[in-house]
Amino acid sequence: MPTLTINGIAVSVPEGTTILNAAKQAGIHIPHYCYHTHLSIAGNCRMCQVEVEKFPKLQTACSTVVTEGMVVRTDTEQVRKAVTGVLEFLLIHHPIDCPICDQAGECGLQDYYMVYGLHKSRYALGDKVHKKKVQDIGGQIILDAERCILCSRCVRFLDEVTGTRELQFFERGDHSEISIFPGRSLGNNYTGNLADICPVGALTSKDFRFKCRVWFLKGADSICTGCARGCNVTMHFKGDILYRYKPRGNEAVNRVWMCDFGRLEYKKANEDRLLVPFVRESGREKTVPWGGLVPQVAHALSQATERDGADAVAVIASPQSSNEELYLVRRIATELLGTGNLAFTHRAPGDGFSDDFLVREDKNPNSRGARLLGIPDGQAYDDLIGKIAAGKIRALLLFGNVLGACSDAETGELLSKVPFVAQVGTNAGPVSKAAHAVLPSASFAERSGTFTNSEGRVQRFHAGFPPRGKARNPIGILVDLAKWLGGEWSQLDERSVFLEMSRTEAPFRGMTYETIGNQGQEAGG
Amino acid sequence: METVLTTHFADERYRRIDGYRAAGGYEGLRKAVSMPREAIVEEVKKANLRGRGGAGFPAGVKWGFLPKDLSRPRVLVVNADEGEPGTFKDRLILERGPHLLVEGIAITCYALMIHRAYIYIRGEYVRETRILDEALEEARAAGILGKDMLGTGFDLEVTLHRGAGAYICGEETSTINSLEGKRGWPRLKPPFPAVVGAFGLPTLVNNVETLADVPWIMIHGGDRFAALGCEKNGGTRLVGVSGPVVRPGVYELPANANLRSVVYDTAGGLRDGKRLKAVIPGGSSTPVLRADEIDVTFDIESMAKAGTMAGTCGVIVIPEGTCMVRALSVLMNFYAHESCGQCTPCREGTGWLKRITGRIEAGEGRPGDIELILDLCENMMGRTICAMADAAAMPARSFIEKFREEFDRHIAERKCSFGNRF
Repeated sequence: MPTLTINGIAVSVPEGTTILNAAKQAGIHIPHYCYHTHLSIAGNCRMCQVEVEKFPKLQTACSTVVTEGMVVRTDTEQVRKAVTGVLEFLLIHHPIDCPICDQAGECGLQDYYMVYGLHKSRYALGDKVHKKKVQDIGGQIILDAERCILCSRCVRFLDEVTGTRELQFFERGDHSEISIFPGRSLGNNYTGNLADICPVGALTSKDFRFKCRVWFLKGADSICTGCARGCNVTMHFKGDILYRYKPRGNEAVNRVWMCDFGRLEYKKANEDRLLVPFVRESGREKTVPWGGLVPQVAHALSQATERDGADAVAVIASPQSSNEELYLVRRIATELLGTGNLAFTHRAPGDGFSDDFLVREDKNPNSRGARLLGIPDGQAYDDLIGKIAAGKIRALLLFGNVLGACSDAETGELLSKVPFVAQVGTNAGPVSKAAHAVLPSASFAERSGTFTNSEGRVQRFHAGFPPRGKARNPIGILVDLAKWLGGEWSQLDERSVFLEMSRTEAPFRGMTYETIGNQGQEAGG
Repeated sequence: METVLTTHFADERYRRIDGYRAAGGYEGLRKAVSMPREAIVEEVKKANLRGRGGAGFPAGVKWGFLPKDLSRPRVLVVNADEGEPGTFKDRLILERGPHLLVEGIAITCYALMIHRAYIYIRGEYVRETRILDEALEEARAAGILGKDMLGTGFDLEVTLHRGAGAYICGEETSTINSLEGKRGWPRLKPPFPAVVGAFGLPTLVNNVETLADVPWIMIHGGDRFAALGCEKNGGTRLVGVSGPVVRPGVYELPANANLRSVVYDTAGGLRDGKRLKAVIPGGSSTPVLRADEIDVTFDIESMAKAGTMAGTCGVIVIPEGTCMVRALSVLMNFYAHESCGQCTPCREGTGWLKRITGRIEAGEGRPGDIELILDLCENMMGRTICAMADAAAMPARSFIEKFREEFDRHIAERKCSFGNRF
């Protein structure tokens, strides 16, 4: 553990630590553009130069490894002049088009200009080198070469993370630019990360462009619901509309990246939402108040049990539900309805695409959680569908928006075999078109809870804002339903449900929201 | 005066292996392979041979940087990318004595247990490539290169690789990148090439002239080589003189030759009655000297004391009547064109310097431009991965320091007082 002093502060760091990271540990920020925690060291932006005793020249903090007794200064006039000089160089050809740039508000050039710049331009306007703007290079990315500071983060990302190497430096000197080979486009599943790692407005997201100024956005920690990997994300929203996902660091899951499919999953909280409860009467949707709907559903389920026996009642759970919700669903099925017809499937419409990095074939965030809570899938699910197809199920409580991998037509056909179908779901689709009672529930953006990813990691997600429209938190719906089915449940929210689970469910034993934290915790068992 | 390299350069036959052998060629190698390897390195250290590529780093010390561990193969990269403006000394070796280089490579590789050498030759050197290629072929046929060098059991493959015309590819880590087929730009150090170089292997990079000196050192000994020069600067140097002198060309002179003597005696002084205005002593990157400052010797320490560098010993003679603003503008165009674009200060600084010097020369300079140039130079020098930013900033700063009044006059009069001519 070599010890060094930075601006007079002594810090001990592990062998091999760079000055930049040692300074971070000492609470000193060293400005940088090309350095990125998860990419190789390039050392070419030259923003992180610092004074190191016994070195005649300034050293780049990102690449210089700490040695015992090193004396570093980041606060001298020489350092300040060097950094200011680099920033000035970076800005001379920059178009300064912040008013129309999506990066404004989270731009490295703006941020450091406020600290190290604030200078009047010494560069003649007519001398600016112009480069190609608004280039659609494929994937989720628009390239503006004129805003680029040539830090090479994107080039290194495509070399070191995806291995696809689509972007390269072209030309030399101040005509250098990042570009793609003629006729080629970005061809990997992780292009959205390029907009994240670009410290300026050169690589921006096609999806987010011109949608919202970033300073209007609020953030909440969440988990991507696009597949079983459970990438950690921050969702950005204004009011009750989501605008984007940004990956959130978690070395055990997604490091700092996320895939392009997951990145667009946020849209599901905005589009085709079920926002009012309704029932279907003679084939027509009729909006009803919540007050009467839950008892009506409970009554229909009880009636079918009484008339045709518990085996005529079924519950299909959803791997899109949280652990807490699934726990309550299981209890309703087994304790209150007394039926063995409880199953779920991870299958969903689409091709179940996966890759060798983050994308998982299972397009649900919580299949593992459902299994850990004892809800069966596979053959049990197929058997249940068989019963439905055979007309043996007289009342069905269905969670989620789809019926496995069934097509719209198949879903309609199957559900038509059941005299009463109640859906608890978030989005309109084949199920809501066939269900007799639709109970709109809060989306992942509007509720909190935990998911268990494919590797058994339990991770928390947090509500950004209250449920939209008349949608309700599914925990509330379930507790309400339990009451009308004769259960006396006292749970108020996901936290109290989880507390109970941590006592009764072996895989979650001893866990609390605090031990899970924002990086997750592996489930036992 | 005793010469090391050019003794037989006037003889056309010296270019071919028979002529080279007739003049005693490959005797150095024959002697070397009979010596213990450490003894070869020791002779080179004793010779005070300093790198001839411009930086002047002691060759023996550089050789010693290769890791002792022989588990990974090592590589020799011969830097024949001579690109520094005003420099054309390696070209003479390649044209007149290619076997000197081949023999130097053979001895060096034998001494350091290197079985693979690459010669990275400047792309524009088409003729030189052909001559060198022929020499390599002859050496292979003579059992010097290839398998079993001179029956010693030592194998050495030499590959000739042509560059594509980038100045930066003469910087050793750029040379390596370019050789590997990558974009020719410098690598961040450490790791240094001696540890991780070409193809990830420990690599020694030496200049053509440096290696060409080695056979002579083998035959005559390091001490005698050292004695040809001065303390810390052994041997001779090939000095290239360009500009309006009576006898421009490449001259082999002691490593501590006097610059004034080079201009006035060796090169015969200025022609057509021109008077001397300035001299750039070691290639375009080295700070310029005024006519009254050239009483300086070429050894590295004396040049440093005079505020400049021996560099590649590419002496550029500038006569009275030359517009120094225009001259600097030409140089700045070169550096802006050749900056690889990797580091911010060089990428943006060289272009900016080009534009400012260009507008001053065009009569569009602004008050404060000179201070701006000096400030930019400060923001460039020592602020980049390689020395290219310094290479551009050093002439800019020295031209202004030494000829400030010309720059002031251009800005004040809003025109070139020399009528925009050289």
